[in-house]
Amino acid sequence: MMEQRGMHRNAASRNTGCGLCCTRIENFGVTIGGSVILHDVNMHIHCNELTALIGPNGAGKSTLLKAILGQVEHTGELKYLDAKGLHTGRPAIGYVPQSINTDYGSPLSVADLFVSCNSLAPSWLLAPKGVLAKAAEALAKVQAEHLLKRRLCTLSGGELQRVLLALALQPLPDLLLLDEPVAGVDEKGMMLFFDIVGALRQDYDLSIILVSHDLKMLAKHADTVVLLNKTVIACGTPKAVFSGKSFRSTFLPVQTEDKTLKR
Amino acid sequence: MEIWNQIVSILPFDWAQPGQMMFMKIALLAVILISPVFGLLGTMVVNNKMAFFSDALGHSAFAGIAIGALLGLVSPLWAAVIFSLLFALGITFVKHRSRMHTDTVIGVFSSTAIALGIAISTIGGKSFAKFTKYLIGDILSITPGEIGIIAIVLVCVIILWVFVFNKLAVISVDASLAGSKGIKVFWVEAVFTAAVAMVVTLSISWIGLLVINSFVVLPAAAARNISKNMRQYHLYSVLFALFSGIAGLIGSYYVEIASGAAIVLVSALIFFITFFFRNRGK
Repeated sequence: MMEQRGMHRNAASRNTGCGLCCTRIENFGVTIGGSVILHDVNMHIHCNELTALIGPNGAGKSTLLKAILGQVEHTGELKYLDAKGLHTGRPAIGYVPQSINTDYGSPLSVADLFVSCNSLAPSWLLAPKGVLAKAAEALAKVQAEHLLKRRLCTLSGGELQRVLLALALQPLPDLLLLDEPVAGVDEKGMMLFFDIVGALRQDYDLSIILVSHDLKMLAKHADTVVLLNKTVIACGTPKAVFSGKSFRSTFLPVQTEDKTLKR
Repeated sequence: MEIWNQIVSILPFDWAQPGQMMFMKIALLAVILISPVFGLLGTMVVNNKMAFFSDALGHSAFAGIAIGALLGLVSPLWAAVIFSLLFALGITFVKHRSRMHTDTVIGVFSSTAIALGIAISTIGGKSFAKFTKYLIGDILSITPGEIGIIAIVLVCVIILWVFVFNKLAVISVDASLAGSKGIKVFWVEAVFTAAVAMVVTLSISWIGLLVINSFVVLPAAAARNISKNMRQYHLYSVLFALFSGIAGLIGSYYVEIASGAAIVLVSALIFFITFFFRNRGK
């Protein structure tokens, strides 16, 4: 069923190729244990657009993604409307997590992960050819077709993120959420990742929300930058946001601290 | 049972002859049925780093049995099953509610359970001797009626694995990722935990709480050494569990040692052999 929905959506928006379909985040608020994590968050995301979410640590970036996914209780509404109004309501969402449990020595292979996610066939017993072929197809789109038989725990940071990206493409989502996909990935891997994401966005008219600390990459690849610190502080083109007052006052001092913490 | 007797009688062992050593034949059938259960469940216990958790379940089962005996139940086993389920839920609840390390939470619950078990079973200065069978276990004490229970458990675990395993595997990678794929993370984990609790508790009187965790962990740990995907992992895990079960039981008959310990020793041996042939690199 999920798959049909994905294809249907694809057919509907492929030929429009428009940037008319949109996702609206209206008045999102999250309160956990009495402390306000997010309040009055409003965002408007068009398809074929890469929206970057930046902000200091603890600004609620990951929480916002989890609220959009419906995994964190929140107030406000998530609305989706495609170009012809054919598919409305909740968008199909693909999600690439920040970091995963790549337990060293775990026998879970990339193929196993695809079968487990996309098929009813138990992956401990079967590896259906059709599912594997589709997995290979998705992996090819992220230049990772050679990784199908590899175990997850043997992949490099960049390879892993590409595999997870391929996984998020099946079934094809309306909205793609990437939570710090390039944290811990080397420069070359990072450039490859952004190139792939850019190509996917064009090919499938995806709306993408990406959390990242790498401002240099965002300046080059993002269409819109949203500066978040419990609520939306600034929003606009990378140039506009990066040169804005609010960016300098809320982000820069914290970012230097941020980097030392990460090391 | 009759059919089983005839099948067994083709084996070249003196106890396998018609009319001989009924308890050995029943035990052999029990081991053949229960080993795959441990082989299957063990794969995810090991992958989710729950070895300590399943160990604690053995302790809780013991406390449950002591409580059941105190209440004067005919079969304290069912009291133990209920207690274990509550115990497993308790650990999961405290784990989610506090930021304490899982190890610590389980340690607290585990020691509480074992102390509670010993305290209750010695109320009024009674001797602990009656309960030692739960420490070491006795596979040879399995009755034909209990074989039925084991068979049902096997069928249930296979059904569970067919329908729930994929979801468990995705959750073990990342809970949020699983959630984004529409998996009900809490419920899947709860069902799995409950299944492990049930199996460990039901087998405690046959296997003994001192070695039960080895039954769960060792075959999967050995299989993990040499597997490159989930299918190999499960195949080796079940095969190792079956082989050590059968070899350990038959071996213990001739060497005259406790069968539970013999089975664990065989699987430990397999673990060390596979360790030297373990996966390296990609």
